[in-house]
Parts: sequence; structure tokens; C-alpha cells
Amino acid sequence: MATGPSSRPLWGSALLYAAAALVVFVSVGPFLYMVATSFKTGSALFDSSFWPKNPSTNNYTALFEGAQPFGRHLLNSMMVATLTVSCALVMAVTAAYALGRIRFKGKGLLMLTILGVSMFPQVAVLSGMFELIQALGLFNRAIGLVVPYTIFTLPFTVWILTTFMRELPNELEEAAIMDGCGPLRIIFQVFMPLLWPALVSTGLLAFIGAWNEFLFALTFIVEDDQRTVPVGISLISGATAFEVPWGTIMAASVIVTLPLLLLVLVFQKKIVSGLTAGAVKG
Amino acid sequence: MSKIEFNGVNKRYAPNLPMTIKDATLTIEDGEFCVFVGPSGCGKSTLLRCVAGLEDITSGDLFIAGQRVNDLPPAKRGVAMVFQSYALYPHMTVAENMAFGLQVMGADKTAIAAKVQAAADILQLTPLMDRLPKMLSGGQRQRVAIGRAIVKAPKVFLFDEPLSNLDAALRVQTRLEIAKLHRDLGSASMIYVTHDQVEAMTLADKIVLLHTGKLIDERGSVAQVGSPMALYHRPGSTFVAEFIGSPKMNLLPGTLLAAEAGHALVEVAGKQITAAVDARAAAAGSAVQLGVRPEHLLVGDSGEGAGLPATLLHVERLGDSSLLYVNVGAGLPTMTVKLDGSVSRAAGSALMLRLMPGQLHVFDSTGQACQRTVELPT
Repeated sequence: MATGPSSRPLWGSALLYAAAALVVFVSVGPFLYMVATSFKTGSALFDSSFWPKNPSTNNYTALFEGAQPFGRHLLNSMMVATLTVSCALVMAVTAAYALGRIRFKGKGLLMLTILGVSMFPQVAVLSGMFELIQALGLFNRAIGLVVPYTIFTLPFTVWILTTFMRELPNELEEAAIMDGCGPLRIIFQVFMPLLWPALVSTGLLAFIGAWNEFLFALTFIVEDDQRTVPVGISLISGATAFEVPWGTIMAASVIVTLPLLLLVLVFQKKIVSGLTAGAVKG
Repeated sequence: MSKIEFNGVNKRYAPNLPMTIKDATLTIEDGEFCVFVGPSGCGKSTLLRCVAGLEDITSGDLFIAGQRVNDLPPAKRGVAMVFQSYALYPHMTVAENMAFGLQVMGADKTAIAAKVQAAADILQLTPLMDRLPKMLSGGQRQRVAIGRAIVKAPKVFLFDEPLSNLDAALRVQTRLEIAKLHRDLGSASMIYVTHDQVEAMTLADKIVLLHTGKLIDERGSVAQVGSPMALYHRPGSTFVAEFIGSPKMNLLPGTLLAAEAGHALVEVAGKQITAAVDARAAAAGSAVQLGVRPEHLLVGDSGEGAGLPATLLHVERLGDSSLLYVNVGAGLPTMTVKLDGSVSRAAGSALMLRLMPGQLHVFDSTGQACQRTVELPT
């Protein structure tokens, strides 16, 4: 009966592949449309054909020569996201060590509080956060965004890393203690290398969160030079108030997507092992 | 100098829990191979971890080489530990695993390399130096774990059930290697925790047998300290007598009829049996237990020693020897007899056990042994 490892009939296979194609089309389609549109100019933008007849990179050059300092926005985003990830990971790894491996009173309550913090919607803390940013003298500075981003990333990062930290064998820590390691050396020289998959996964999610964030970036920064990319794109304007510069917006969207795509490609093996590690024993 | 002294060491994990270790007082001499053995839950690993510094001592004192180490961190005690699961650092190569402890202590690079190489030579790890632990077999990992201990040149080696993760053949081989290592390293003391009495008997210069359960509270943690032969031939209590030796010692309830300096007369199952023990401390007429190891029982209708009629219940043949399970009277525990060769007797047949006075143990009503009066190996 079976002509191979699977005994599925031909129409079943056809159906399966059709379904897969549909999923791919729905998820990748808009992205491809965005890429295609970014190479169109003028009236071709409103043409119904998918691929541009006369592809040009005008939109891309226009982006960097336009009124907005788009390059500066990119750099700001890059800096904010990178700093957010490093701050969050350093704090989360040390916190996870304490929460995952040291026994102390009120640990459960502390963990729940951390989780509770992440339940608040952004809007609810917006005004409070504004006061905090102002008090720290970080208003209207791109670097100030690191504070709210780290605060919003930490609960998630801490929870994930605590789970991983708990699963590391006790004897490994004891062996390190016998070798004369203090807590910091245990965390950074013994545990960190073992936590890489988890660090990459949570770090990447933190990066994406910071990279895409809009509300805080819009509220805490008014100066054009200090803006991050998501806000920058929303403020791209055409030659007149009545023209929406779709081409440039699409070009900007493509550029903004590339770093994330690149990061995911580079780390994809680690992400997969990170997301599944600890799910099953062995 | 690597003498270890326990002075009334107590360990309690939490104030409302019973003592895990109670009043442990013993001395491990320079260069001695000491084995902590006992049934599960006796606290042997806890006692080892107290020496390592991984557990705090609740009260009492612990000295290593004359220095009180109660409050000293593990790395400053001059001890190195081999863990049951080996606990190698998975992201480091064999060489890095062995060097890590020395790096943390801040030794210089050439000295570290020399020590690691020397340890690798002893343990035949040289061809494996660049491998990660996951690429090694169980026995090789075990050797790396031992190597990691050797490079530190500790005063005391601590082994926590190091062979329990190995298969039977490898266990015998590694056991021999550890014995050889102990001879080669000379002055360092070793403490070795196991629940396997074969390991204890074959490796130890000194065995420390630990009590379990209620006995910890009643008599303290340490049941008996002594050489393997002393524990086998002169067990101090029924607990020790039953733990050491396999199959375990037969104990029969009886009554002490008379006690003299050289021997005592005990009545068991209506028979009068002479044992070569000094039971004068116990009152005549008091309840005692008569102990005899399965391998010391003989079967024969005539011959030396007192006769004890028995009924055969079951025979287990092991090839080189046979185990006979026999009943010697209503209400008495089933006895085990170990005989050489293959025995072919039908279950239910009657036989006569012969008990030699020089092979018998007598325990008083509290389970303490009466001194044996025959010449015994030490």
C-alpha cells in the first residue's frame, strides 16, 4: 500500500501543499508587495502589475536626501535597540540567577510582581513614564528611550531566563564553587555560555520590541534629529500636503525590516534550540 | 599534612527538621582512604559536603590539617571534589575544564599548562585534551573529573559516589584506577562516599558506617569506624552486622544461659549453642541475639559445632556457590546459608546446620555486640 514513509493519497498531498502555499502567500505576500512597490515611482505606484516595469532606486535615494534625517533615525534606532538589549540582558541574567538558584523569602511574590508589571498597557504608564524621563533629564533625547524599553522588556526576559537558569544542574554550580568561583564568575563564565540559546532568543525579542516601538518614541521626543525609525517613517511627507509618498514609505519599510531579517537569519539555529531547550528532557 | 578531624559535628537543614548528622566525631589520618558508607538517607553525602564546604555545619568543629575550617569557603579548604554526575563544564574542552580552577585561583599560564599535562599523563587523557565533554564516554568523563581534582594538588580528595553512573565492567576498572591513584598520590587523604559495600570493602583503609533513620537520633550518626576487616569480623552492633556482608548476617533471638571469659552458652530454638564471645556484661537469662554469617554456616549430620535442625525452603544456585533459605523453627526468621558449589536438594527436605563457636556473634538486648574471643584477621 504505502509507497514511501507516508501513505497519504495524492489529492491529500496536493491539498497539504496548497494550504502551505496559502499560508506562505498570506504571510510573505504583503512583504513582497512592499519590496516591489519600493522600486516603483510616479504613476507606476498605482499600477496593478506586481513587478515594476521600470524598476528604479529613486525612492531609496530620495529617502536619504529628503527633509527628514532618515539615516540619523536609523542610527538612533540601532543605538536604542542595542543598548536596550544589553541593559536588559545584563540585568535579567543576574536577576535570573538570584531568582532561579538562590532560596530567599518572598521570592514567589517578587516573581509575581515582576510578571504583574508587564501586564500594564503602555498607555497606562505613559504619563508616569513621562515624569520619570523628565526627572532624569532624558526628555527629547533618543537615549532616554532605553529606560522605558528596558522596563517593558525586563519582566519577560527575567521570566524566561529564570526558567532556563533553574534547569541548569546544581552540581555544575557546586563544581564552580569548589573551583573558587564567586557568584559573578559563576554567572558569566559558567552559566552564560550554557544560556546562549536563551539569551539569543530573549535578546532578539527585546531588540524587535525596541526597534518597533512607537508610542513612547512619539511622546518623549519632539526633536527631529533624536527620533527613531518608526516615528520617522510615519512623519515622511510628500511634496504637498495632499500627496502621500508611498514609494518612499515602502523603501523606508524595507530598510527597517532588513536588520531584523539579518539578525534572525544569523541566529536562527540558536533561536530554535533556545525555544525548544528544556521542553523535553534529553 | 592532611589529617581531617570531626569534633561533634551536627547538621540540621532546618530548625524543625530532625538532625541529618548527629555528633559525628572521627579522625581521618594523613594519606588515609576513608569510605563513608551507609543505607540511603544516612547523611553520608551531607557529611562529605560539610567537608567540602558546600553545607554549613550546624554545630561542632571540623579541622583539616589542624586548621578549623567551619567558616572557610570551599576553595580555601584545600579540598577537591569529584561529583557523581562529573559536573564537567559543557562548554569547555578537557584541557580547559582541568585548567579552570587554577585560572580562577590566578596561577600563571605555564604552571597551569604543566600541571594539566601532568594530570593528563597520569589519567591517559592526552589524546582527548581538545574534546568537549559531550564527545567523551562515561569513563573518560569520570577521568576528566578526577583530573580536575588532581591539578589542584589538594590536601583532601572528596568522591561523591563517583562510580554509580558507570556500567558494571567499567565500575570494576575505575575502582582499580582509583585505588592505584591513591597509592600514587601518597600523602593526600581521600574521602569516598558510596552505598556499595564492595567498593567500601575493596578501597577503604577505614570505613565509617553511618546510621539511618531513628538510630541517628538514638545513637548518633556514626555506627562504627574501623578497617574493612574489623567491620566484617567485629561488628559493634546488629546494625553494622547486618549492613556489612552479603547476603546479610542471620540473627536469631535466644536466651543467654551462662557467660564465661572465653565463651558463652546461648539457647536458641531449644538448642544450647556455645559461642566464643565474652558475654559477661549481660545478665544470665537475658534475651540476646545470636549472629552467624551465611558463609560461616556448615551443613552436616555430624561434625564440629552445635547442630541446629532445619527445613529447606528454597535454593538459589549462583554457579560458584549456592544460597539455601532454611527454616529453623516456628516464629524464627528464615536463615540464609551459603555453600560452595551447586547444591541439589529438594525444597522441604530436612538438614542439620552446624554452628562453629568461633564463627558466632552474640548481641545483647540493646543490639550491642559482645567481644569475640577468637583470633581474627585485621
